[in-house]
Amino acid sequence: MAPDTLLFEEELRGGASFAHVLKRGTALTITDLAGGANVPATFFNFELFVERYNMPDTLKAQHTAHLTRGHCIYSDMGRVLCSIIEDSVGWHDPIGAHSTAETVQAKYGTHSYQDFRNDWYTSTRENFLRELARFGMDRRDLQAHINFFSKVQVNSEGKMQFIPLNSKAGDSVTLRAEMNTLIVIDTNPHPLDPSAEYKPKSVHLRFHRVHPPGPDDLCRNSCPENTRGFINSERYFL
Amino acid sequence: MSDHILVESKFDPATAIYDSVLPAGEGWIHEVKKGQTFRIVDLGGNQAADTLFYNARDFSERYSALDTINAQGGIYLTTGSRLLSNLGNELVVITADTCGRHDTLGGACAAESNQVRYSIDKRYMHSCRDSFTAALATWGVSKRDMTSNVNFFMNVPVTPEGKLTFEDGISEAGKYVEMTAIIDVAVVISNCPQLNNPCNAYNPTPVRLLVWGADVS
Repeated sequence: MAPDTLLFEEELRGGASFAHVLKRGTALTITDLAGGANVPATFFNFELFVERYNMPDTLKAQHTAHLTRGHCIYSDMGRVLCSIIEDSVGWHDPIGAHSTAETVQAKYGTHSYQDFRNDWYTSTRENFLRELARFGMDRRDLQAHINFFSKVQVNSEGKMQFIPLNSKAGDSVTLRAEMNTLIVIDTNPHPLDPSAEYKPKSVHLRFHRVHPPGPDDLCRNSCPENTRGFINSERYFL
Repeated sequence: MSDHILVESKFDPATAIYDSVLPAGEGWIHEVKKGQTFRIVDLGGNQAADTLFYNARDFSERYSALDTINAQGGIYLTTGSRLLSNLGNELVVITADTCGRHDTLGGACAAESNQVRYSIDKRYMHSCRDSFTAALATWGVSKRDMTSNVNFFMNVPVTPEGKLTFEDGISEAGKYVEMTAIIDVAVVISNCPQLNNPCNAYNPTPVRLLVWGADVS
């Protein structure tokens, strides 16, 4: 991995969310502190919010239904927003849904703010919408997301199965920004996680500066599609 | 959910209140009212009909691929599949299907995704996103509201190893899929112009679109 410079770091507690503009040339390393984390995340071009993460374009460009080291996160404009430059997990889920107030209540019951203060039950949908509201966006802008650290497998009939304990304590993934990318992340459990207890896991966030991708960069060269995606991202900044 | 149980329709095209043919490469937007039944017929075989669904009264409520496939526990659509909105409400339910499998993950082709997938110089080629934006614009709706779509008649398998592939279609000339609206829905179709992959068998062809009233049995 390229040498890097720490910008800042913090712990994101279970049930909480965060939004940050990941500048081109910087990276975010997310570390699962206890194991079994789920980190739903979605992405926007910070300079033009109507350009955003596109799930089908990301999957079909790379012929994949899971994401790991070497993969890119595409916008609907054929550009790479972020690339996954390091990953000790091996599988991040782009096809699972995210929790809503209704699904959290149905599965876990209610923990109100009145009774539990900041240990109340939240949901990914509410947290995403709260973060998007800070940038003037609303549910019209909330489309697909990636569930980092989670695994959903599809069998030959198309059935989806959540695979528990996909991520261990200390596992991490590093996203390098190829554009100035608004990243919105949450820590609520995966909606297909069968656990009956509401136990969102904390993660560590490390923001750091990294070298720009060179001609021999892993993500740039992992498939011909990604080479062209990097060309589109780089032309945007010319 | 098996993808091999084929269910035929009870409806007669002669009693349809709407019946038209949409050529390949064209867009279409139409309100299907609560209780009405809507059919797409693959006239030439293996033709992807990229389709968006909205609450006709509130476009901020729209089809959500992830909510739909997670709720039914499977990625393919067929008879019995309930297409859910981003608010968890049912928009349409598939009531007949002689093809057997429809795609939820492949999305719509675009000038820019064609550049990535095939070649930087493919930007000029006509694409579904451009048909979608043109059709949506007639109702004053913009790209901001364009979300993931269903690809009727398209075959995009996912393997247990997590690979995603575009396979030859399993549809044929005359196959159809039919759905009943649970609320008033705006249906937006791009009859896919893609020439670079087998989603249209490299030969885009027309689809036939029919609607039956809620009172027809």
